[in-house]
Amino acid sequence: MIDERFDAIVVGAGMAGNAAALTMARSGMKVLQLERGEYAGSKNVQGAILYADMMEKLIPDFREEAPLERHLVEQRFWMMDDRAHVGMHYRSDEFNEERPNRYTIIRAQFDKWFSSKVREAGTTVLYETTVTELARDSRGKVIGVRTDRQDGEVHADVVVLAEGVNGLLGTRAGLRERPTPDKVALAVKEMHFLPRETIEARFNLKEDEGVVIEAAGTISRGMTGMGFIYANKECISLGMGCLVSDFRRTGETPYGLLDHFKRHPSVAPLIVGSEVKEYSAHLIPEGGYKAIPQLYGEGWLVVGDAAQLNNAIHREGSNLALTSGRIAAEAIVHVNSRRDPMTGTNLSLYKKMLDNSFVMKDLKKYKDLPKLMHTNSENFFLTYPQLVSRAMQNFVRVDGTPKIEKERVTVRSFVKARSWVGLFSDACRLARAWR
Amino acid sequence: MTESSVRVEDKLYYNRYLVDVGRPHVKVRAHNTPSQQLRALLKACPARCYELNETGQVEVTVDGCVECGTCRVIAEPSGDIEWNYPRGGYGVLFKFG
Ligand SMILES: Cc1cc2nc3c(=O)[nH]c(=O)nc-3n(C[C@H](O)[C@H](O)[C@H](O)COP(=O)(O)OP(=O)(O)OC[C@H]3O[C@@H](n4cnc5c(N)ncnc54)[C@H](O)[C@@H]3O)c2cc1C
Ligand code: SF4
Repeated sequence: MIDERFDAIVVGAGMAGNAAALTMARSGMKVLQLERGEYAGSKNVQGAILYADMMEKLIPDFREEAPLERHLVEQRFWMMDDRAHVGMHYRSDEFNEERPNRYTIIRAQFDKWFSSKVREAGTTVLYETTVTELARDSRGKVIGVRTDRQDGEVHADVVVLAEGVNGLLGTRAGLRERPTPDKVALAVKEMHFLPRETIEARFNLKEDEGVVIEAAGTISRGMTGMGFIYANKECISLGMGCLVSDFRRTGETPYGLLDHFKRHPSVAPLIVGSEVKEYSAHLIPEGGYKAIPQLYGEGWLVVGDAAQLNNAIHREGSNLALTSGRIAAEAIVHVNSRRDPMTGTNLSLYKKMLDNSFVMKDLKKYKDLPKLMHTNSENFFLTYPQLVSRAMQNFVRVDGTPKIEKERVTVRSFVKARSWVGLFSDACRLARAWR
Repeated sequence: MTESSVRVEDKLYYNRYLVDVGRPHVKVRAHNTPSQQLRALLKACPARCYELNETGQVEVTVDGCVECGTCRVIAEPSGDIEWNYPRGGYGVLFKFG
């Protein structure tokens, strides 16, 4: 394929791979990056919110050039039952700052731009190239990759696996396990196009201001999952995700669920009259801290979604991918600068640095949450939203019932559905897992 | 509106694909009666690539596949399917993602 030897090979041009390749190339290393898509981003799906801080660490002035949609001024959480939602909004004019903190983006466009920066930094990037296997020496050390190009074997001192959640290479080589259905969610998503002014009027926005809505409740029919609605400049990203194990258990279809979400009386008016231009689907790592595999070994490192570095509770993934990619690269640059070999022992520096970053600290904080949500999905995603919604309606409707009686009805409905013991234990476990 | 009346084909029509004719990247193992895992794919695949044929076996047509990996997670461990990425450049091409 290429008759050269590289200092490092990066598999994948998503958030993690681009961060890694950029960082190594800038420090003068000779880097090859391989991406199976026609262009970077052509295989990638995200909500998508971009967190500025982590991006700034890589490209300080990205705001001036990157294709960004809207900066977020408002976040809504909706707890939904079939006909209503109880919501919390947080909106602040302080988010209209000079260097906004969060933006909506369109991943395929953003990745293309990001990839151009990686090339400018000196990385050799080959698109339309699927890596089929890791090349290893007789002692099992990773020495390069094999691709589907003719004579497609290339060698390097170290390989960075940034292949995303469904990464085949690492699992095939036995470096980590394939994700199990209870550790990944399947999200389906549509892009709804509308005139700019219509979006701004419907979401109460001016100019480039943006809103995100995260929704949970009966929309997932008792499965562990959530819906999302993000306002972009001229389109709305709308999607729904649930654990694969729940889809398997219930026999619900992903598109059926999405359709149901779109028809909800709180959602339908936001997208009425839109033109859909894309339907996509992707997995999201949900296993959290306890699902993180071995992160490095002889001649290899794994970063981003491939390493399950995804904070499902806060819906953060791209920033963990960016950060783990950058930190892995910094560790490699360090080893390389001392002319040390890329052994597991030397590369363990990556894990040490990652442990000290927000990535591992955040994931550790919520280590018990995924399991709790999964084992109690009926309560958290079906029973409680219905109860809360009924309680709200009971509270808001003025019908001559004394307020004290209304309160009693609400309390009774909660206890009846879940028993005092059940409620108490859910509350305690939730509090403990959150802490 | 029932689930089955959601027209997935119409949704896939919005997408761009470069189909690698004659080289499907997902294959179903030959079987007489489908396993539980294979049956689950009839519902779980977001592009409805899996269907039952007249004689009751599960078949896959990958033309509309969005390469999510859901079927891999469900049915690769039991050997019911064989899953690969399409060759470089082929398959779904998201414009937005
Ligand atoms: C619906 C949805 C909504 C989300 N919303 C958000 C959000 O709002 N904010 C947020 O921060 N995160 C969000 N995430 C998570 C975020 O998208 C991921 O965490 C992030 O994209 C992970 O980056 P990555 O580089 O590890 O993997 P990816 O972005 O998946 O990149 C992997 C790359 O590797 C390539 N590749 C894989 N295998 C090979 C191979 N063998 N050969 C060559 N190339 C290969 C792929 O084509 C791809 O380009 C969301 C995810 C989904 C699915
Ligand atoms: S990868 Fe996803 S879209 Fe493709 S066949 Fe499997 S489940 Fe269906």
